[in-house]
Amino acid sequence: MTSNTRNPLSTLKSNLATACAAAALLIAAGGAQAADLNALIWCDHSDPALLQPFEAANNVKVNVKEFEGTGAGLAIVEQSQPGDWDVMVIDSIDVPRGVEKGLFEPLPEDKLPLADLFPQVKMDKSTVVDGKRYGITEKFGYNTIGFNKTKVDPADMQSLESLTSDKYKGKVAIYDYYLPVIGMAALAIGKKTSDLTEADLPALKDELLKMKANAKLVGEVTASQTALATGEVDILVGGGEWVTAGLAKENPALDFSIPKEGAVLWSQSLAMFKDSKNKDMALKFIQYIMSPEGQARLATSSCYWGMPSNTKAALTDDQKKVLRFDEQPGFLARAQAYPAPSADLDKKMQDMWTEMLQAK
Amino acid sequence: MSPAGDNPLPRAGSALPRAGRALPWALVTPALGWTLLFFVLPFLAMGFSSLTAHEGGGFTLGNYSQFFANPSYWQAMVNSLQVTAIVTVVSVLLAYPFAWILAEQVPERWQRLALMLAVLPFWTSYVVRSYSWLLVLAQNGVINRALTGSGLINEPLQLANTRLATVTGFVHFFVMLLTLTIFANLKQLSPSYRKAAADLGAGPVRTFLHVILPLTLPGIMVGAFLTFVLCIGDYITPQILGGNNELLMPQLVMMQIGRRGDFPLASALSIILMAVVTVAYLACARWLKIERA
Repeated sequence: MTSNTRNPLSTLKSNLATACAAAALLIAAGGAQAADLNALIWCDHSDPALLQPFEAANNVKVNVKEFEGTGAGLAIVEQSQPGDWDVMVIDSIDVPRGVEKGLFEPLPEDKLPLADLFPQVKMDKSTVVDGKRYGITEKFGYNTIGFNKTKVDPADMQSLESLTSDKYKGKVAIYDYYLPVIGMAALAIGKKTSDLTEADLPALKDELLKMKANAKLVGEVTASQTALATGEVDILVGGGEWVTAGLAKENPALDFSIPKEGAVLWSQSLAMFKDSKNKDMALKFIQYIMSPEGQARLATSSCYWGMPSNTKAALTDDQKKVLRFDEQPGFLARAQAYPAPSADLDKKMQDMWTEMLQAK
Repeated sequence: MSPAGDNPLPRAGSALPRAGRALPWALVTPALGWTLLFFVLPFLAMGFSSLTAHEGGGFTLGNYSQFFANPSYWQAMVNSLQVTAIVTVVSVLLAYPFAWILAEQVPERWQRLALMLAVLPFWTSYVVRSYSWLLVLAQNGVINRALTGSGLINEPLQLANTRLATVTGFVHFFVMLLTLTIFANLKQLSPSYRKAAADLGAGPVRTFLHVILPLTLPGIMVGAFLTFVLCIGDYITPQILGGNNELLMPQLVMMQIGRRGDFPLASALSIILMAVVTVAYLACARWLKIERA
């Protein structure tokens, strides 16, 4: 036997010491990160290309939880402990719902680039409550007509009437989100999205049923995007730059129009939770997202593209072209906000949407 | 002096039997604990939630009355039952001959390989499998290209985003499950049944109809019940393949959670769905009981 031979106990001791040292290093490395930031977000915020620069610059880990729709987001908050979440992405028109529930912290306007935002998307009626700003619009776009310009006549796409015409029967998909599509139905029957009442529901339902009769499918984000991209359908009701821009390289035939009746403006805001345990970092995160660099990364997120609300977003010329950046003033002039129904009307609208889905 | 001297043996009915009585309880306790923790308590929580008003809390039966009062909700149950019934029947009709061929026609030494090949699709992700069907059934998919390419049709058929697509996705999955349960049942049958039937003058068809089929009914019913339960509660397949052209119960439940955060209504709809599954179980249990008798 050689003198190098070690007994098993020594080997075990040595291995344990190595393991302990490695564990201590890991703990130290973990401890080196100041804190976590917990963000309730939409899928565009989970892109590593967006988060990593912020994490690296601030030595923080951003933990994200994705959700779709304000109802689902608020349900998550209700089931959480106060302080679990630091920031939230929310439909701009729904900011007051969070304020009513006492969830949000006022944001310091002097520390945010409000002057650089497109004026039409600041949405102060929703994002400012009792003189205090609770949300800041970070991204916007349109629920309108997305289409394949090699398969349909682009001139037809300038009117919402084509969505219910026999010419495109079976070539249409409907985006499965009730508010914007009900908004489009309102535009089609000549109503303002902000003026909708319960009395308008029968006419809206008729319009939705006409759209459904022409539709091949009603799909959420991925399904409707895939249907348009693969040629399963040629038109997407509720589509817009959020569908076509991200696919522009692979499929330049995809485009969107703002028809003569108008389009529905979607707009997402960032808000800070009142009970956040890390308000300084939460504000830094909001400032980063609203910075020219953050805005460009958010606008071109891998989940979906959309217009940055900051006019100074650091987009390339190609990216601006795809997003039709220079045409925004004209588009915004013809766009109307999401319908903002009361809780009771909202429930009735959702029931109407369910009826539309069940219609043969 | 007794053979045991001064230390008598334990008497019947004392120490050992007591230990014997405790042992089954000790063995079953983990399973009972599991069921209590992960079924009974969540079920009670769901039952409690279903009787609570979404806005403001408080006791209400409104969540249940909404289901019966709203035709769209009721229609979702009808759709679910129709789809589940079609899937169960079609899956049984396809799986039985498949299992029979595997058990009776494939040589013993190849049966293991054949079974493995039969359940191969189980190895792929459920979601991936559903999306794969979408590619097969799409307007530019394999089937439509083959049909248009061969000149059989001029315009592509709408196969994807239909009830047919949902049923196809389900059947693909459940045929495998049913094949396994029926195959196991067929393999348990003694060859003497066939010999006895032949001795009594029965031909192959009569032997199958009057001997083999009734004896394999428990396997069919177990598989059919599993198919029913898994199919009626499935959200993924109709969501991906059905194109939301009609709503099934699981989609309706998810809508209440995803869109409204209305957990009470979602709980009520889930309990109604469970009641339907319970009825299906009672129906199957009755069948199986008759067979055992």
